Formats: sequence, structure tokens, C-alpha cells
Amino acid sequence: MKIHKYDTVIVGAGGAGMRAAIEATKRSRTAVLTKLYPTRSHTGAAQGGMAAALANVEEDNWEWHTFDTVKGGDYLVDQDAAEILAKEAIDAVLDLEKMGLPFGRTPNGDIDQRRFGGHSRNHGEAPVRRACYSGDRTGHMILQTLYQNCIKEGVEFFNEFYVLDQLIVEVDGVKKSAGVVAYELATGEIHIFQAKAVVYASGGTGKFFKVTSNAHTLTGDGQAACYRRGLPLEDMEFFQFHPTGIWRMGILLTEGARGEGGILRNKDGERFMEKYAPVMKDLASRDVVSRSIYTEIREGRGCGPEGDHVYLDLTHLPPEQLDAKLPDITEFARTYLGIEPYTDPIPIQPTAHYAMGGIPTNVEGEVLSDNTTVVPGLYAAGEVACVSVHGANRLGTNSLLDINVFGRRAGIAAAEYSHQHDYIELPENPESMVVAQIENLRNSTGTERVADVRRELQETMDANVMVFRTEQTIKTAVEKIAELRERYKNVSIQDKGKRFNTDLLEAIELGNLLELAEVMAVSALARKESRGGHYREDYPNRDDVNFMRHTMAYREVGEDGSETVRLDYKPVVTTRYQPMERKY
Amino acid sequence: MATPVLDKVEAESAASPYITVTFRIRRFNPEISDAVVWEDFQVEIDPKERVLDGLHKIKWDLDGTLTFRRSCAHGICGSDAMRINGKNRLACKTLIKDLNPEKPITVEPIKGLTVLKDLVVDMEPFFQAYRDVMPFLITKGNEPTRERKQSPEDRERYDDTTKCILCAACTSSCPVFWNDGQYFGPAAIVNAHRFIFDSRDEGGEQRLEILNDKDGVWRCRTTFNCTDACPRGIEITKAIQEVKRALITRRF
Ligand SMILES: Cc1cc2nc3c(=O)[nH]c(=O)nc-3n(C[C@H](O)[C@H](O)[C@H](O)COP(=O)(O)OP(=O)(O)OC[C@H]3O[C@@H](n4cnc5c(N)ncnc54)[C@H](O)[C@@H]3O)c2cc1C
Ligand code: SF4
Ligand code: FES
Repeated sequence: MKIHKYDTVIVGAGGAGMRAAIEATKRSRTAVLTKLYPTRSHTGAAQGGMAAALANVEEDNWEWHTFDTVKGGDYLVDQDAAEILAKEAIDAVLDLEKMGLPFGRTPNGDIDQRRFGGHSRNHGEAPVRRACYSGDRTGHMILQTLYQNCIKEGVEFFNEFYVLDQLIVEVDGVKKSAGVVAYELATGEIHIFQAKAVVYASGGTGKFFKVTSNAHTLTGDGQAACYRRGLPLEDMEFFQFHPTGIWRMGILLTEGARGEGGILRNKDGERFMEKYAPVMKDLASRDVVSRSIYTEIREGRGCGPEGDHVYLDLTHLPPEQLDAKLPDITEFARTYLGIEPYTDPIPIQPTAHYAMGGIPTNVEGEVLSDNTTVVPGLYAAGEVACVSVHGANRLGTNSLLDINVFGRRAGIAAAEYSHQHDYIELPENPESMVVAQIENLRNSTGTERVADVRRELQETMDANVMVFRTEQTIKTAVEKIAELRERYKNVSIQDKGKRFNTDLLEAIELGNLLELAEVMAVSALARKESRGGHYREDYPNRDDVNFMRHTMAYREVGEDGSETVRLDYKPVVTTRYQPMERKY
Repeated sequence: MATPVLDKVEAESAASPYITVTFRIRRFNPEISDAVVWEDFQVEIDPKERVLDGLHKIKWDLDGTLTFRRSCAHGICGSDAMRINGKNRLACKTLIKDLNPEKPITVEPIKGLTVLKDLVVDMEPFFQAYRDVMPFLITKGNEPTRERKQSPEDRERYDDTTKCILCAACTSSCPVFWNDGQYFGPAAIVNAHRFIFDSRDEGGEQRLEILNDKDGVWRCRTTFNCTDACPRGIEITKAIQEVKRALITRRF
């Protein structure tokens, strides 16, 4: 075991982690721990764009952007945070440009902007061009640009280090962060990173679904590490299902495709979104479009022999426009489906895409241990966190924005905190929980296989807590997850070695997914209303009287060691906008 | 709406699509033995699936010790470059049907970088070469308040080389790199090109000096292996030629 000491430790090197690292490294001795090489992070998969009311191509302002964000989030958004997001968006984009990001340009050399779902002129009048982009590779460019600037700033990375535990120490009755425990993939060695401040930027948790746009490595490790140490998770029932995933594979085809003029059609060739969202049509917010697609499928208007998908039609767009604006996604269709998007429509279905919920923080990125109390020295930003700027449904292009705005804020706040505070003494045997977890798996002679348990988890999540939910389906999921958690105790792995033991890490990641799936399902069961990404067929309306509040889920351990999820609620911060019915 | 291609695809998928394929994989785990062995695995797979799906089937259902890197599974993170049937490719972007599934599919680690376990190689020298070309925007003078201007034509000038995902398929297919690991390799030159030809950048001279080094661009023998290997379709050889020309003319 090795012990390291840093002022600031950042967990994760995606967009949020590296944006934080650039700030923290300038201000404090910083280490970035990441389970992937930085450029492998899933921020690189983001395609469509990053929102900011630059008003480069038409009239726009941050207040309209704030409104769209609040409305898009079905009024579960904390409005003070949304305002910061929209205001700081402009500098966030300009900062990236100055760092070298190759944005698409207008004829007079400014940053070009395109339309995106839910972003509108003057509170819903018409779509507005607010998304700054670089072809359909915006995330790739952000990830590369941030990594390049980390090299420039001399950021210190620990690549292929998996953070498996968060060290929390109680000092005078206050929970404080003392550091993290990490596992080095190359050697199997355990490292303790003692740090004055820790920033979680470890990304999403989409891998508990089967059809998903998320990478294999998005397993909610950061959320699970904090949750297991008694910290709450906020709004975990809210998950976004993106309308256009490649049929059966889930690979994302950006909403930018519809922003460029792409149209969704059912088996009769009908542009069905006109029925569901007369104004915004194919560019209505994602939850609305995903439900419309499944309604078409359920009512027998789906395409193909099994009627289980619809088409994304780009055939009316000029090939030059597809080549210039959508080169990657048209290539995905060619590579994975053998389809030529110039001439043939692309079969799509909704795909599990984005976790709105996560580790609760305030607008400085400080993690909360209940509705109001800050955990000194602990920060989170990006998809792992819940500020909450996305509420019940995130608008497209607001996450690349979120990771830049709140990544930066968390990086600055953490470094400043570490200047003003001293190290906290490590708990006794800080490595003990991780060692026990690893030794259990390594020595297990159980008969269950990681792959089987994971497959069944993904199948039950897709079947029961996806776009449409009911009391019955969610209960089915809760029971199944409980059974799988029981069986998980009996999994064994084949690789018993220390070197690059990905067999072991996959087992640990599965444990995280199971834990978080349970939180999601239990939170969803209690929310007896429909709001944004959480749609209950048995409660199809939004219920502001009882449910305009954030869910806060806590892990409770009984005396017999049994685990349950305890739910509490937190008020939504409302400043300018009173809830209205959401129409597109 | 006419959907001829789609109908064919769907008709095919209605029948049982699975076939049996042999994967022949180069195994190495120094924790157990210094010997390299080739191991065969039989896998039931739909030919429209990826080589990565085959590797997952092996790891998840047959042999959990098989080790490789992967993340995104659709060709954008650069984790899983490997030698498949003797050619460098991404396992997640290579479909079984494009490989002649009648014969065993050979899978081995990319060449020229130290193998650490099975298909995992030491990427550090590769990233070091990348860092050495100063892959970041260098500018002089004060920052403007708004964005720097760039015309669409100037933006287009370096578009091709912005696509790089640092997978190392090119560098590890280069015979010059195999013989001498000191050579920067194509990927580093591609990323230098991305900045040299960016109208906003003012560090071109510095970067060109670095590439003028004995381990720099002049080692390139224009074998085109790199261009053939690049999963992003970057015209690497052309980019290297442009850098060479810029070195001679000092114009870029
Ligand atoms: C296909 C796709 C397209 C998208 N398109 C858009 C778009 O156009 N616009 C938009 O705004 N949003 C988009 N999104 C959403 C957005 O890209 C993500 O929400 C965002 O990039 C997440 O960034 P992040 O930094 O929080 O996490 P990530 O980029 O996922 O990074 C997570 C980091 O954490 C590290 N990590 C994870 N676990 C551990 C651990 N245990 N120990 C150490 N390190 C760990 C990983 O190594 C990685 O570096 C898209 C998402 C997807 C999947
Ligand atoms: S140039 Fe192509 S092959 Fe080389 S590292 Fe970049 S993406 Fe990979
Ligand atoms: S797994 Fe990401 S490129 Fe293949």
C-alpha cells in the first residue's frame, strides 16, 4: 500500500474532471485519478453541441436560455443554478475557443450555432440557434482541447487508477472528507490519496441499462462510493432516454440530426411528431419525443418485421450538408447497419442516455450530506453530480455546458478550500473496506457469473424502468434487483492475478450498478407523478402539490446488516419562474 | 417511402443469424509465464456484430482472464486498437462479416509497444511522443475579449487532423517505428499538423523545429501503412507530406 498527499485530488478526467484540473493545478498541488486514459472518457462521445446564448447568428440572451432549461427540466430545476449555468455559458464557450477548440464558424469567422431540442426564442416562440458545435464531434473536440491544456498546464495524472472508496471522517460531529482509496490497474496495488479537497467528476451510470449510449465503463463508481459512506443521492429516478439510438445497439445519433432538418417517421412514412408537439415537432424535448416514439410502436405503427423501431429520415438533406455537419453519425449508420443515410432512413429507438440525478451539490460544487449541510472538502461536478440544473429532464447541449461551468467552479472552490485548510487525519486502516471487497471477490468460490447477473440487471431495467413505468413494473424491478443483489454475493471471478485484472474490476463495477439501480427503482416507485424523464402511466400528470421537490436517497444499514434505501425530500429553488404546463 | 436496403437487412435478421467463429488470440501474462501462447476460442456470433462483441463473449462466458482495453464500443475513444487478421484496427469498428468468418480470426496486440498482458500494451511512449510536439494552441499577445476569428476555409484547412482519437493504430503499424521506438511516429505528427495549420496558432516554428529533429518527420518512408490503419480515415501520409513541405518552405 502506498500513501500519497495532495492538496486537491480530482476523480475522473472527462470534461468535468479536466476543466476542474486546469483550475486546481494553477492554484494547488493537484492529482487527477482516472480509471481511463483521459482521452478515453465518454465526453468524447458527445456529438451535437454546447449551449450558450452568444447571439452570434440570431437574437438570444441568457434569460431565455435559463427559462428553457427550467421548462425543459419540468420545473424540478433549481433556478438559481440554472441562471448561473446560462450566464456563465458564454464565457465557458469563449474560454474553450481561446484554449484552441476548433468550433464550426459562420461566414464572417464567428462561432457558428445550430438549433437543438427545447432551446427557443423568447420563452417558447420558435426554435433558436444556440448550440455551439464542431461538426458532430463537439465532445471529442472538448475532450481533446481540455487534455491538451492539461498538458500545457502540467496537470499530474494517475491513469488507470480506480477510485473505490471515499474516506469520510467525523470531526466534532461534522462529516469531512479525508481522501480516497484507489486501485492501480497495472499492478493491483492499493493507494491512499490523502487530500484536503476531493472533487468527484467520474461521470454517469448508464450501464445498468441494456440499450444505452453510454460506454461500458460508465458504472456510477463515484455515486456508489459516496452513497456507501452515508451520503445521499438526489433525484436518481430521473434518467434521460434519448429518442434516437441506433436500433438495438443504442449508439447515439445526435439530436443535431433533427436540428439540421432530420425527420422522424413511422412505418407509414408519417411525420408523427406533428401530432405530439405541433410547434417544436421533431425538436420537442427528449422525454416527449421518446414517449411519442414508443406510443407509435405500441399502437402498431413501428417499422420492421417486429414493429419495434421508427426511422430517422435524413434523405431529403443534401449529401454535402450531411458530410459537413453530421459526418460521424452517418458513418455509424454505414458501419454498424450497412445503411446509406443519403438514400435510406435509419432505424432508431430510444436509448438510455443521461443521469439527471447524482451526488447533491450546491452551486460551488460542494457536496451535501443532507438538504443543507456541506461536507467540508468534498466536491462534485459533471454527470456524477446533481446541482440541479437539469431537473427532471436535461436539455440537449446543456451537459457539455454543465461540465465546463461547474467543473471550473468546483476546481476553483476545491483549490481555494485546500489553501485555507489542513489535512484531516486518515481513519485507521483506511484501505480496509477496499481490501475486504477485493479479497472477497478474489477468494470467492461462488457459482454466479458477473456477466449473467449484469445481463439480467440490464434486461430488467430496460423492461421495467425505462420510458414507461407503472407501480407494477417498478415493483418487478425492485424485486429482481434485490434477488440479483443476493446472487451478487455469490459471484466469483476467474482471474485471481494482480496485473491488469479487469475481471475483478468488472465485478466491482457490477456491485456499483446494482446498488444504484436499487436507488433508482426505489426513488421511482415513491414518485407517484409524471415529470420529465420519469413517466408513470398510472400517474400520467405532474403533481406540483406533492412532488415538486427533489428526492434524497440514503443508504440505511440495519442491525442485522440488511440494507435499505431511505427516502427524504428537498425543496426546489424557485426564483423567476412559476411552474406552467409544459407544451412544445 | 422506398427502403430497399433496409428491407433486406431486416429480412436477414429475421432468420437465426448466429454462426460459429474461431478467435485465435495471442495470450501473454508474465505473472504466470514468460511464454506467449496462441489460444483458440469458439464463439457463437451474429456476423453483424463487432470483433469487440466476440472478445466480450469470450471474457464474459468462457475465460474471464482474457484482458483488453475498451470503453465506448463505437470507435470514438481509441481504447481498443489491435492487430486483427494482421491489420491494425479498432475491435469495436470491425464487423465479423467483413473478416471472412470461415477462417480463424487472429487477434494480437499492436506492435512496437511493450505488451503488458494479452492485448494490453504500454501506451506511455506513445503519449510521450504526443506531448513532445506541444499539442496545444500557442498564441502571443493579449487574449481577445470575444472569440478569435477564423474563416470557414481556415477552419477547414486542419479539419482532417482534428479527428484523431490517439488510438495508436497508425504509429504501431509503421515499420520505421517498429525498428526505432525513438521515432515520433505518425500520430504525433498528425497532432502537430493540427496546430501548425490552425490559423490561430503562433507556435508553428517551434513545433517544426521539434519535428525537424533526427527522430522527426524525415524518418517517414511514405509506406502508407498509417493511412490504411487509421480508423478515423485521416489522410495521415498527406498530413506528414504537408509538414515536410512546410519545413522546406517555412510556409504554412
Ligand atoms: C453519445 C453521447 C452524446 C452526447 N452528446 C451530448 C451533446 O451533444 N451535448 C451535451 O451537452 N451533452 C451530450 N452528452 C452528455 C455529455 O457528453 C456527458 O454528460 C458529459 O460529457 C459527462 O462528462 P463528465 O466529465 O461528467 O464524465 P465523463 O466524460 O464520462 O468522464 C468520467 C471520468 O471519470 C473517470 N472515472 C469513472 N469512474 C472512476 C473511478 N472509479 N475512479 C477513477 N476515475 C473514474 C473516467 O476515467 C472518466 O475520465 C452526450 C452523451 C453521450 C453518451
Ligand atoms: S491518426 Fe488515426 S490511427 Fe493514428 S492515432 Fe489518430 S486516429 Fe489513431
Ligand atoms: S472501444 Fe472506444 S474506440 Fe473501440
